[in-house]
Amino acid sequence: MLAVGTQAPDFELSAGPNQTLKLRELQGKKVILAFYPADWSPVCSDQMALYNQTLKLFDRHNAQLLGLSVDSLWCHKAFSDNRKLHFPLLADFEPKGAVARQYDAYDEQTGVAKRALFVLNEQGIIRWSYLSPNEVNPGADGILEALEKLDA
Amino acid sequence: MSAHLQPAIGDQDHRQGPAKAPLQLVEYGDYQCSYCGQAYPAVRAAQQALGNKLEFVFRNFPLTEVHPHAQQAALAAEAAAKQHKFWEMHDALYEHQNQLDEQHLIGFARQLGLDIEKFTQDMQNPTMAGKVESDFESGVRSGVNGTPSFFLNGQKFDGEWQGQGLTEFLQSQLT
Repeated sequence: MLAVGTQAPDFELSAGPNQTLKLRELQGKKVILAFYPADWSPVCSDQMALYNQTLKLFDRHNAQLLGLSVDSLWCHKAFSDNRKLHFPLLADFEPKGAVARQYDAYDEQTGVAKRALFVLNEQGIIRWSYLSPNEVNPGADGILEALEKLDA
Repeated sequence: MSAHLQPAIGDQDHRQGPAKAPLQLVEYGDYQCSYCGQAYPAVRAAQQALGNKLEFVFRNFPLTEVHPHAQQAALAAEAAAKQHKFWEMHDALYEHQNQLDEQHLIGFARQLGLDIEKFTQDMQNPTMAGKVESDFESGVRSGVNGTPSFFLNGQKFDGEWQGQGLTEFLQSQLT
């Protein structure tokens, strides 16, 4: 996990059919990066469903949530449509897990992203991070506290 | 992460059992969630087993994107509370989880003898939506990561609540 105080590495990933997203484009907003192992898996599904309901709370702090996994863009699209997600899912698909590796949030053994959270400030500096055990949904309380601290 | 209940149980809450009970159980739940449907008899069983040792509080945590009727059902319970029938409505909702459309909600209100005009007005009252939202936000802050989420004496319970799990856990916490 990249340390707090580090400049978050920039990346450009597919955010849907014919859509890419550059982290740099979000400068001026806070950014929440939610790396997770896999679309459709039970814990990830619960975690993303929860964040989908807490977007309003993130918005209050001018924060954009991004979900990232090694799943392909079409898998993301199906998952997102099925769960009615209102935030981008980025495909860290080719080279597989390259962005997760940059953030030191890649599990070499299983070949998927770890369940890792980062909160970046408006300048793209990592201000908070949290690594959750794979089988535990970390909830949104840590993210919310981090955002509140940044706005305090 | 801490997973401490915030705010503590207070006047804003719907409470069952003695306020001074040694065990204070809070559930964050969604009326359309099937796991919460399974938790309903588990809580019932725990209340029967523990009697006046247990106070139970229910707070709303509707996952509206996944459960299209969850919000309306939560509002129905809150509107029933305005006529002192929160728990009766709560029970009706969990006993008829697959009948949560508007027509059925009004039907439950009628069966409970509520003033229907007041009930439907209260359901649309922004104060009710505010109560549901503040329950939800308190859940997020407390570390709720799905439904049902239980807190005992302010601490999140991550063990097995299914079957007799909840009752056994609560009994083990009695000193």
